[in-house]
Amino acid sequence: MEAIMNNPVMEMLSDPVLYIGLGYGLLLTLQIAGLSIVLSFAFGTILGSMRYSGLPVIKHVAAGYIEVVRNLPTLLLILTSYFVLGLPAMWAATIGLTIYTSAIIAEIIRGGLNSVPTGQWEAARSQGFSFLQSMRHIVLPPSVVKMIPPIVSQFVTVIKDSSFAMAIGAYELMFKGTILAAKYWKPEQIITIYIVISLIYFAVNFLISTVARRLQTKLSVGRGTIGA
Amino acid sequence: MSELLANIGFLQEGPFSVPRWEALFSNFGVLVDGALVTLLVASLGLALALALGTAIGVMSTSQWRVPRAFARGYVEFFQNTPLLIQVFMIYNALPIIYPRLFIPVIAIGIMGVGMYHGAYIAEVVRAGIQSIGRGQLEAAVSQGFSYVGAMRYIIIPQAMRVVLPPLTNQAVNLIKNTSVLAIIAGGDLMYAGDSFAGRFGHYGPTYIMVGLIYFLMCFPLAMLARRLEERTRAA
Repeated sequence: MEAIMNNPVMEMLSDPVLYIGLGYGLLLTLQIAGLSIVLSFAFGTILGSMRYSGLPVIKHVAAGYIEVVRNLPTLLLILTSYFVLGLPAMWAATIGLTIYTSAIIAEIIRGGLNSVPTGQWEAARSQGFSFLQSMRHIVLPPSVVKMIPPIVSQFVTVIKDSSFAMAIGAYELMFKGTILAAKYWKPEQIITIYIVISLIYFAVNFLISTVARRLQTKLSVGRGTIGA
Repeated sequence: MSELLANIGFLQEGPFSVPRWEALFSNFGVLVDGALVTLLVASLGLALALALGTAIGVMSTSQWRVPRAFARGYVEFFQNTPLLIQVFMIYNALPIIYPRLFIPVIAIGIMGVGMYHGAYIAEVVRAGIQSIGRGQLEAAVSQGFSYVGAMRYIIIPQAMRVVLPPLTNQAVNLIKNTSVLAIIAGGDLMYAGDSFAGRFGHYGPTYIMVGLIYFLMCFPLAMLARRLEERTRAA
């Protein structure tokens, strides 16, 4: 028993400092990721609608933004927000992630709306539905069901990519773990720390994916999704 | 003319001033070297990701439980944890397993993006295989094809059409994700740009050029993916 407790890995795992450090790291990770998710959902919806609208200038502005941003690495956008825009680390990570994720969400929303055949629009309008009514009752229900899986997997990506914030010294989960790895520097301790962090990320992401799968099943059962 | 330019403040000082651009262009070789490393890591990483992704994708459609469970576990682990941790784990774990082996950072990057995107490609391959009706496999097997033979000659060629557009998108994501190498000093484009910018503070021009180079690498592939998608939809 004593031999087990004297093992460097066990010694580390019984140190509350480890859990307090990782706990604070997780809080900042969730804060960065949560804010980016909310902001990029809002901007992504606006951008996606702009591109879907087909209005001449508006469409091209949205398309230009989306095509440029989604071909850039997220890390570059985070570094730019920090060093060029001069934002504090936490905001630089949030804004960098938001700039990128908005473009991806916009494409998912446009793709979902495009998946509804124009015939359904025409049918709805011919029955006297207004633009908003056709959107609300005819076009959105089936397309939202289609948008859920890619949007959620993009949110999972946001949580994972928030780890890039360690490059600008934001004390999120990944960076906290790396700092702890300097205190517990033995190779088996370092590996254990990274395994613990992976399990935390895994738990958060797996939870989100599972909830989303439930939600999608519930939505697609409740609606008539013929042809969708 | 030069007097006029001298009076425009932001050209003389500030993050995007002319001297900063001049400094960048007189050291442009740094970025070119970085871009070559990125291309090397991306192409070898993509080869690894394709090999792993195909093997694991085929395993996940297998009729036996063990390979199916292994494939599920691999995909769930790599898709739900950050690439950065995986790279750090390889970086720290390999010297323990092989203490006397010297592993260049570039090789760690190749393994990292290869294994990470292998999980995504496995899902693409699985969807591709499942898009081909079960009857085709049964027909092939009844004609005397082995499971592997049926995959090789009947299923995979047909699945390619479904698989190519998302595969191209994964290649784009892989190129972008090679930038995590910068965090472990991997000598790639992001690292080259960041360390050059950091030395003199020329962040503005350097990041714009770095972004432009990434864009030039990714945009043609992204366009190809869209073209392929439209062709598949039309077929």
